[in-house]
Amino acid sequence: MSTSAKPLANTRSGTGIVSAKLITWWVIASEIVIFGGLLAAYVMHRIGHPEWADSASHTLTWAGAFNTFVLLTSSLCAVLAHQAADAHDGPKAAKLLRLTSLGGLIFLIVKGYEWSVDIHEGFVISSGGFWSFYYTLAGLHGLHVLAGMIIMLIVASDAAKNQELQRVECIGLYWHFVDIVWIFLFPLLYIAR
Amino acid sequence: MSADLQHHEPGIFQKYFWSTDHKMIARQYLFTGMAMALIGGFFAYVFRMQLGFPNHAVPGYGIVTPARYNALVTMHGSIMIFWVAMPVLIAAFGNFLIPLMVGCDDMAFPRINRLSYQIFLLSALVLLSSFLVKGGPFGGAWTAYPPLSASGAYNLTPIGATLWLVAVALEFVAFLLGGINFTVTAMNSRAPGMKMYDVPIVVWMIVLASVIFMASAGPLIAGAVMLLFDQTMATGFYDPTRGGDPLLWEHLFWFFGHPEVYVVLLPAMGIVAEIIAVFARKKIFGYKTVLYTTWAVGFLSFVVWAHHQFVAGIDPRMANIFSITTLLISVPVTEMVFLYVATLYGGSIHLDTPMLWALAFIAEFMIGGVTGIFLGSSGTDIYLHDTYFLIAHFHYTFVPIAIIAVFGGLTFWYPKMFGRMLNEKLGKIHFWGTVIPFNVIFIPLFITGIAGDQRRIYNYALFAEQARPPLQHLRTTATVALLVMLSFQLVFLYNFFTSLGKGKEAGPNPWRSATLEWTIPSPPPHGNFVEMPTVYRGPYEYGLPGHPEDFVAQNVPDSALVGEVEA
Repeated sequence: MSTSAKPLANTRSGTGIVSAKLITWWVIASEIVIFGGLLAAYVMHRIGHPEWADSASHTLTWAGAFNTFVLLTSSLCAVLAHQAADAHDGPKAAKLLRLTSLGGLIFLIVKGYEWSVDIHEGFVISSGGFWSFYYTLAGLHGLHVLAGMIIMLIVASDAAKNQELQRVECIGLYWHFVDIVWIFLFPLLYIAR
Repeated sequence: MSADLQHHEPGIFQKYFWSTDHKMIARQYLFTGMAMALIGGFFAYVFRMQLGFPNHAVPGYGIVTPARYNALVTMHGSIMIFWVAMPVLIAAFGNFLIPLMVGCDDMAFPRINRLSYQIFLLSALVLLSSFLVKGGPFGGAWTAYPPLSASGAYNLTPIGATLWLVAVALEFVAFLLGGINFTVTAMNSRAPGMKMYDVPIVVWMIVLASVIFMASAGPLIAGAVMLLFDQTMATGFYDPTRGGDPLLWEHLFWFFGHPEVYVVLLPAMGIVAEIIAVFARKKIFGYKTVLYTTWAVGFLSFVVWAHHQFVAGIDPRMANIFSITTLLISVPVTEMVFLYVATLYGGSIHLDTPMLWALAFIAEFMIGGVTGIFLGSSGTDIYLHDTYFLIAHFHYTFVPIAIIAVFGGLTFWYPKMFGRMLNEKLGKIHFWGTVIPFNVIFIPLFITGIAGDQRRIYNYALFAEQARPPLQHLRTTATVALLVMLSFQLVFLYNFFTSLGKGKEAGPNPWRSATLEWTIPSPPPHGNFVEMPTVYRGPYEYGLPGHPEDFVAQNVPDSALVGEVEA
């Protein structure tokens, strides 16, 4: 998979933004409307159903807060990886990206613990409107965390060989987006009463 | 992996199924779309036979039961929109035209492009597999309104409903990947010198359609996940007894569904723009105004969706607002049509087959547009809603888009795609054999609709308030006209496939067109351009006096022109 086989179309930059970064922004834009649609549906229902606050009070707010901290920290690692890639230090960028995906792993483990507690208390996806949204929103977000981790490890293995360093910034952008989605989910699912 | 294969002749599998070449992917989309069109057309034949000649076994199918009738109309709608209009108009034409017209060698991300087709093919297979499962394919209409769609206990097709939903979701993913690729390619990979307003209108239109799709499909993807959970995990997003709301689906569906009309309209408008410029030998009248009206259409298309829900119990004050926005959107669309007509005015018009299709598009689409005003106004819609008036209106928009404009585009770019000319005489027979019966199908349905015929009734005689025996001859007329229209498609298929081998050699530029794809051999070689072009002018330099040819291609520098005139 040598870089020389890339089509000319990929290397041109009519906008001045490299294509890899441009496509990342468009992917994020399309993701924003997916989460936007789901969040808007949730908020409208939540306003119409004040009684959902009772269900929401059963969520593990401290676990959500800890996960917020973990994701924000991992985003810092992604920024540092971008900085390292800009300095053409591939191995350092790779190390930082792996640290970032470790953050994603911790997030998912905490999430799994949370869900097992919820399910143990009898709150499953079909337990009512709030829980349906709770599992769907967090589940969709969790899938994005998982996908981000996998892509990040692939980018890291290239970066370690000083290849495709422009991708470090792109996966970082995506990771910040996943992070920001959580910043919306945490207050809306855990804190709002 | 595939990148290495470019250096030697690839095997059959690599060439036809694993290619990253945009021209091959365009063919994959085109032929898959054509195959699906045959299936969707066959379904139309079966249910129209049932309506024209109720209680007779349909030749080639058999007796149409109520459940089968529901499945047939659902699958006809879903297939024609998601697996014919989208892949052919956006993906096939977009893939073929964008790299050629902006002057580069491929899409910006060829492997994402290949993945897009593979996911699309998978989605088509998932949909078709629902014909084999217990209960058969989904029969709850292409709009899949809950609670009917949300529970197998209601729709009696528990597996078919879920397969339909998964197929639509996969199809959306395919077009998100493809559309993002188109957008990046058009933004970044243009030939040196090709400025924003030197880009051919069809490229603009396909890219803007992709952006509209991207911005509108997200909420429905989320909605599809929610409906999937309602079907399979007993959640209650759309179930009022569990605190859900069926109207939520309608909002999410139509927030996508109405922009979707413009997602398919815009590429059709773009194809027509290219054709009329070439065959009227005139510059497009008001190139920039066409784009401004397109942007206006794109913006307004996001604020009209609730006009599908006037009878669904939405607030009447909201209905007024959506009536106004709906009537408003007809202004930029009409403006666009005026610009096309102004392009024709004073042109040197050549009535070759592609031009006939383009002119027919303008005329027929106008009928669809004007009848839409009655449905967009909440007062008249309350009477006409869910009648055959709606069916006829809808088909007067979608048939011009997905059939007439597509045939225009296919007959126009066929020489470039396959290097041969289509037979002109057969082309004209096919044109008249399609357009005349099309009107004979749907004009009677306007009448039956105004008289009160509801849609989704499999046999009118069985319902006292719907029977209206004097209207039966109109229903039968529509069916007979459909048979005529379908049989004339054989002419097209014959022409299409025999011309592949026997057609006259096209040469690089049979239509004397000025855009970049016509400056290279037909079909274009791998990598498209031997020498990558530089662009010096806009795409529609036609009808120029004082030149031996009456047009100047986009890649001809001014210095070459001076020499030409002196010579």
